Amino acid sequence: MPSLPVIEPDVQAKARGKAPEGAFDPRDDSDHAGLAFEYALRLGDDALILGQRLAEWCGHAPSVEVDLSLANIALDLIGQATLFLDHAGALEGKGRDGDRLAFHRDVLDWRNCLMVEQPNGDFAQTMARQFLFSTWHELLLTMLSDSADAQIAAVAAKGVKEVAYHRELAAEWVVRLGDGTADSRARMVAGLDWMWRFIPELFASEEVLAPLLARGVAADPAAFRDEYDRRIVAVMSEAGLDLPPPQRAILGGRQGHHGEHLGHLLAVMQALPRTMPGEKW
Amino acid sequence: MIAAAPCIDPAADALWALLETIPDPEIPVVSIVDLGIVRAVDISARRVALTPTYSGCPATLTIEADVRAALDAHGFADFAIETMLAPPWTTDWISETGKAKLAAYGIAPPSLAARPNCPLCGSVDTIEVSRFGSTPCKAQWRCSACLEPFDRFKCH
Repeated sequence: MPSLPVIEPDVQAKARGKAPEGAFDPRDDSDHAGLAFEYALRLGDDALILGQRLAEWCGHAPSVEVDLSLANIALDLIGQATLFLDHAGALEGKGRDGDRLAFHRDVLDWRNCLMVEQPNGDFAQTMARQFLFSTWHELLLTMLSDSADAQIAAVAAKGVKEVAYHRELAAEWVVRLGDGTADSRARMVAGLDWMWRFIPELFASEEVLAPLLARGVAADPAAFRDEYDRRIVAVMSEAGLDLPPPQRAILGGRQGHHGEHLGHLLAVMQALPRTMPGEKW
Repeated sequence: MIAAAPCIDPAADALWALLETIPDPEIPVVSIVDLGIVRAVDISARRVALTPTYSGCPATLTIEADVRAALDAHGFADFAIETMLAPPWTTDWISETGKAKLAAYGIAPPSLAARPNCPLCGSVDTIEVSRFGSTPCKAQWRCSACLEPFDRFKCH
């Protein structure tokens, strides 16, 4: 039988002794560049992971028009991700650019919300995810258009015009499928049910962002929670759908605690640059 | 309209004239100046500022490479190319000549009208097929009079 690890003999004495200097000092939030890096990373990771997910539909969508729509939404998102991740790399100041951040980070280092990494499922599930995410994304980018970080503000102001289309398209499909046949309705209900538990993460308040909020760099999604709920309910009632029953929220993406789905996605997305590091076209 | 602004500096005129010869890679009938992609030229600071249309537009890199090649070949090799994101590009910056060229090419130019005129037969009896067309900036429409499909440049 394996023995238990040895306990340090003086551990209790150490604990009773004087605390190391600075142990109870308030957290040092002076590392603004580090926090801003973290924040730009989230914005980029949300867009990139969802863009990659949508790109999986390329050549598989129910019709050629839908195929084009999904590919174009993916393109918008990947473009926004490039701009946000390049900016994150500049803030970090360690010589990493958007490509480096996209292709050479492992699962634990990703900061995207869990909703965007969820599998596409059927077309209804993809549209349910797009509807719930893009409605939030549009409100967030609208607020970020006034960010004190000029680059975040510029990318957000550009992105919000694109995301308005994503939201519109997804909302149309929620209505069309929800108010369609018994089969399409059942699929939309199931898709929304799957994605519903990931909404609270979008609005989770995080103490770590407080200095960025205070400086006007980040936006607090709590500010538009009511507007979000109003928009979601409006579309779902037009679709004749009831709100899904309350579910236990699943959180953790912002801290790097991801589901198994993200690893598989990264394995596909990163395969080429990891196989041939530094290779150029 | 920046492109139409009177330039007193002949070097600036020459540079604008050069940039007007560079076609958009996706819609080669219009130039990057027509589309409002060239935001500024600065002769004294030796730089040209470009803006992307959509964040993910794949033509952005091609355009930059095309501008670089043109600058290098026509005596502007020491000019730097900068990306200007703010204010964000809008279809309002497409020049009137640009809109006319788009229509002649078969693409309905951006307009606030609910339905565009068919660029082929001119009918107003048109219908949207898909909000997203062959590129992010275009939607797919069809003319109910001549039955031909066509692209419409989206207001953005």
